[in-house]
Amino acid sequence: MVPISYYLVLSGVLFGLGVIAFIFKRNIITIFMAIELMLNAVNLAFVAFARAWNQLDGLVFVFFVIVVAAAEAAVGLAIVIVISQNRRSLNVEDVNLLKF
Amino acid sequence: MNLPLILFFFCGGLAVLGAILLIVAREPIHSALSLILVMVSLAILYLLLGAEFIAAVQIIVYAGAVMVLFVFVIMLLNAGVEQRTNWSKMAKYAGMPLGIFLLLEITRWIWRSTAGPQAANGAGAVPAAFSTHDLAMALFRQYLFPFEATSILILIAILGALVLAKRSE
Repeated sequence: MVPISYYLVLSGVLFGLGVIAFIFKRNIITIFMAIELMLNAVNLAFVAFARAWNQLDGLVFVFFVIVVAAAEAAVGLAIVIVISQNRRSLNVEDVNLLKF
Repeated sequence: MNLPLILFFFCGGLAVLGAILLIVAREPIHSALSLILVMVSLAILYLLLGAEFIAAVQIIVYAGAVMVLFVFVIMLLNAGVEQRTNWSKMAKYAGMPLGIFLLLEITRWIWRSTAGPQAANGAGAVPAAFSTHDLAMALFRQYLFPFEATSILILIAILGALVLAKRSE
């Protein structure tokens, strides 16, 4: 039996790597992937806690997180396509209309 | 070292390796493939935790649908090598040490505060896997309203994607 704390540490490490990727990547698609990575890390923590307390609610939350992530990916990638059509670039530094 | 522990370290190591590859890869398609590696190894970890349905959904929805969408968009837009940014002085001297410190501190606190869940787990007793039947019961009784709300959310997402994809005249 693997201790629950191992899963939580793994989840924290994956979330941290997701944050690092989110900050350091310059490609819009890769930044989206970093968001998916963070959602996955949170899902792992949810399942680990569901196992620890033997409650099903954590799994239901993971289910909803997966549904929302799929919807977000569909809309987000549509936005990415529109941005690349308008700007001819995938670099986030070229999308600076709202930048002060 | 028992088998679950070996499996955990193998899959956890694969997941962390995939996440690091996602960061260092220059081509977006390499990042996408390493993210698929992370998702598959997380699905094996879900199986290890006894959540069979979530593992199946992880493979089908995440590694299947969402990542295919990502790969499709990468190929559609012909995304090439990304430019690197130069690190600012602030990130180098303040951000990086603070980030590592935060990670270490979170790890330390998680290590120290495991008494509650561990005691609830029955200390070494292997509980039965979550049955999909019980999950369906919870989903369609206790959580029926959020379940229906997600269907409206998906409908809105479809409409939004259609509106964005429509060629403006």
